[in-house]
Amino acid sequence: MTGGNVIAAPGVPAAAAPSRPGRLRRIARRRSTLAFLMTLPLLAVIGGLVAYPFFYAIYLSMLNKRMTRFVGLDNFAFLLTRETFQFVVWQSVIFAVSAVIAKALIGFILAHVLHALPAKGQRKWRGMLLVPWVIPPAISTLAWWWLFDPTYSAINWMLMGIGAPPIAWLGEPGWARFAVILVNVWYGAPFFMIMYLAALKSVPDQLYEAAAIDGATGWQKLRYVTVPMMKNIIAITVLFSLIVTFANFDIVRILTNGGPQDRTHIFGTYAFQVGIQSGDIPLGAAVSLFMFPILAVFAVFVLRGVTRRSKEMAG
Amino acid sequence: MSGASLTTAGAAAPAYRKVGSIRRERRWALIGAYVALAVFVLFFLTPPFHMLVTSLKSSAEIADLSGNPWVVRRPTLENYWELLQQGNYLLHFRNSVIVTLVVVAVTMVISTLAAFALARMRFWGSATLATGVFLTYLVPETLLFIPLFQIIGGLGLYNNLLAMILIYPTLTVPFCTWIMIGYFSSIPKELDEAALIDGANHFQMLWRIFIPVALPGILAATIFAFTVSWAQFLYPMAFLVSSENMVLTVGIVSDLIRGDTFQWGKIMAGALMAAAPPLLVYAFLMDYYIAGLTAGATKG
Amino acid sequence: MAQVSLRKVVKEYEGGVQAVKGINLEIADHEFVVLVGPSGCGKSTTLRMIAGLEDITAGEIAIGGTVVNDIPPRDRDIAMVFQNYALYPHMTVYENMAFGLTLRRFPKDEIRRRVENAARILDIGELLDRKPKALSGGQRQRVAMGRAIVRDPKVFLFDEPLSNLDAKLRVQMRVEIKKVHQTVRTTTVYVTHDQVEAMTLADRVVVMNQGNIEQVGTPQELYHRPATRFVAGFIGSPAMNMIPARLENSAGALRLHLPGEIVLPVPAERTQRYAPLAGREVLFGLRPEHLTEPKNLDRPNIALVEAAPEVIEPMGMETMMIFSLDGTEVTARLDPAVPVELGRKMPLAADLNQMHLIDPQSGRVL
Ligand SMILES: Nc1ncnc2c1ncn2[C@@H]1O[C@H](COP(=O)(O)OP(=O)(O)OP(=O)(O)O)[C@@H](O)[C@H]1O
Ligand SMILES: [Mg+2]
Repeated sequence: MTGGNVIAAPGVPAAAAPSRPGRLRRIARRRSTLAFLMTLPLLAVIGGLVAYPFFYAIYLSMLNKRMTRFVGLDNFAFLLTRETFQFVVWQSVIFAVSAVIAKALIGFILAHVLHALPAKGQRKWRGMLLVPWVIPPAISTLAWWWLFDPTYSAINWMLMGIGAPPIAWLGEPGWARFAVILVNVWYGAPFFMIMYLAALKSVPDQLYEAAAIDGATGWQKLRYVTVPMMKNIIAITVLFSLIVTFANFDIVRILTNGGPQDRTHIFGTYAFQVGIQSGDIPLGAAVSLFMFPILAVFAVFVLRGVTRRSKEMAG
Repeated sequence: MSGASLTTAGAAAPAYRKVGSIRRERRWALIGAYVALAVFVLFFLTPPFHMLVTSLKSSAEIADLSGNPWVVRRPTLENYWELLQQGNYLLHFRNSVIVTLVVVAVTMVISTLAAFALARMRFWGSATLATGVFLTYLVPETLLFIPLFQIIGGLGLYNNLLAMILIYPTLTVPFCTWIMIGYFSSIPKELDEAALIDGANHFQMLWRIFIPVALPGILAATIFAFTVSWAQFLYPMAFLVSSENMVLTVGIVSDLIRGDTFQWGKIMAGALMAAAPPLLVYAFLMDYYIAGLTAGATKG
Repeated sequence: MAQVSLRKVVKEYEGGVQAVKGINLEIADHEFVVLVGPSGCGKSTTLRMIAGLEDITAGEIAIGGTVVNDIPPRDRDIAMVFQNYALYPHMTVYENMAFGLTLRRFPKDEIRRRVENAARILDIGELLDRKPKALSGGQRQRVAMGRAIVRDPKVFLFDEPLSNLDAKLRVQMRVEIKKVHQTVRTTTVYVTHDQVEAMTLADRVVVMNQGNIEQVGTPQELYHRPATRFVAGFIGSPAMNMIPARLENSAGALRLHLPGEIVLPVPAERTQRYAPLAGREVLFGLRPEHLTEPKNLDRPNIALVEAAPEVIEPMGMETMMIFSLDGTEVTARLDPAVPVELGRKMPLAADLNQMHLIDPQSGRVL
């Protein structure tokens, strides 16, 4: 880049006409071209592998099973009449809502407990508590599957130790529903914990000191300082987790594969069974797309929360 | 506070007791905290522990219903040995490593370039695009795997690792781009201007200023991309069929479960080794791991 | 050979803000020019246009005779020091200073020679291996200057380089900058809103206001012969007193009628200059340092007035005494030894040799 000095060297006649929208402007235009080129791979990924498949899914969902004929919304209408699909809808809602509530509560408690510890011990405990989140769920669910094994269940072994009858964890619909929720809570609670902990650490100590001087008790501090300060992050985390849990696949697929009697199917696993395993691609696409409206609503709220939080952090 | 010396001994005593009670209260709170922690650590670590215990047992010991399933009587490494010696486990591990490495590299290149452009070189539609990136991150894979199944089939990539390399970035790139936009935006504008005056072009600015300065963020994003790629289950489940093309998350189950025979010892050994890379990364880079985890909720 | 010329330079930001409204300025080679003015007057914008960090909307800027409107910053051969230093946090001091030369593919030993030379000038030889984080504010400031010096550019540009430093360090670095300029003699454009910095550093000061240049001149000229009411009020601390007055001609002698029945005789040598204004409302300007306890009464054109202090501000080496004339606050600067008492009338000496008359309509000093 030594050439730059030559351009600006004395003696080179000043060629540019005054106040012409000149090279710098053109450089700016070239800069935005460059910027566009730099985002091109991103656009290709989003456009080609997210946006296009999404519209393609809509198209697919309107074909008949052999994909030879356009059937409009028949697939959606058909699904709504199917009892299994109604189970799927209910189970997805129950699964997501109860798991998220449990995760949020456990995460909240753990974050508070951790926050109260002296800084040195905190790290060690936090390290152990985050382990379920670090292990890929497809892997850790295998361990749970083994713990729930009808013959060898190590949990049942302990139950029998205290005189309780063994439980058909994955064989009886009620318990199977409980089991998938339990595993999801086990996997997801640490995420809530770590988000809350980060939020707790960002509440300035002065606020607590001021509240203490105003005579607030521990509960009042929680109610009037902590929760309002964390409201936004709690909302973001809950909504985000609702999306992820609602659209879960790994845990249910491995643990119950929708059984017994399709009672634990959620959208993801049911779509897989219908679309990939039974080969009815259009119907599978329709099952997936049923998730879209609710996910979209959650996503918009997450975005709102995040933008607001970014503004708070900036201001 | 000097007033304290004026109070009589009788008045001082209850005050003292009060202080003591606060201290006692605090101690109880702390004990309660540790009890709660212990309970949850137990709950959280039980499955991995049981995994470890089982993986160290011989098939005979696992099948023996009279024993305590939580302890190992005759620890053996035979499950690990057999996994590594025979079968496709090593192949699956290799496939996972290849896919993950390539996806992480591709992700970081795409998202670093895009984040730099979006954070610094405002152009038409760049703000919308940044929002779009975030929304894409919220799209779950269960929404799109069926059309992708068709697309992958159409490209002739069915049952091919290349399909994973092509599709995983949809899960990693949006989030990585998003958090890198945050990290890049937090770099003061004067730094670019100083670099501009020092004679840097845009690539030099990115390579020699932005990337080194935002290195912690880049590390966090890399770890995120790594964990997501390593853990992905649905896409390999849907797009890979033959054992030699599988990655770990699907390979373990498909190979070790034949009909009704579950080789639990080997399954657990395989699962444990598959969980090891993310656990190791986590153990050594916990702070970056957590930074990446929590950064998504804020921009910068 | 690095003079800087600004010809009818206009800057309009997107959204229509005219930050600079067509300014002309000629900066000579080796000159140290300070742009000063209140916040938002367009100083930084002007500097950044010279640097090439902002487009020029209209007009042209030439450096060393070459019009640079369309030349990007890296090819303009300028160096800039930023208010918050903008040191690269991941590089050592040495690497920070060498960066510009490395990008320009200078040979290694030449880079080393230049960096060491600059480090010697700035007395930061010890710090070369440190990261910016491990430096104090003053040291960072030096490194930022070092980064400019090693480049040996045609022009140095400074944007409020001292405003992040505490008062004491600011004075020290001010001296330092002046010394550096005397050593390297590079043409310098320096932006500040601190008029003391402007007066002490500049060969010439450019006073800007709302995107226009109010006046260009040496510090002495600005102080003694401000061209406009704005400059008169901006330069000097505490600010010049400006009292509404009426100029009357009584039998060939001009008199100023101030509020509070005060009448001051205009010095004879200015009679001719002010005669056409007789009968008009003007602003009478007099700096606090020219309104003192009675002294030098034997000299011509010293007038005595009486006033009762309403506020007294002892500053140590002097005492400020503030009183009001029909609502206009007037400050006088007294020797601290003079006894003052709130509300008690005391005599003051106004040095009318130093007076100014300002046209309240046009704002021009007459
Ligand atoms: N990027 C921008 N877009 C729009 N308006 C701007 C921009 N930068 C500056 N301005 C406006 O231009 C005017 C001049 O700004 P400038 O930064 O040059 O002021 P300044 O004299 O340096 O002030 P200060 O002493 O506060 O630094 C201000 O009114 C400011 O609001
Ligand atoms: Mg400025």
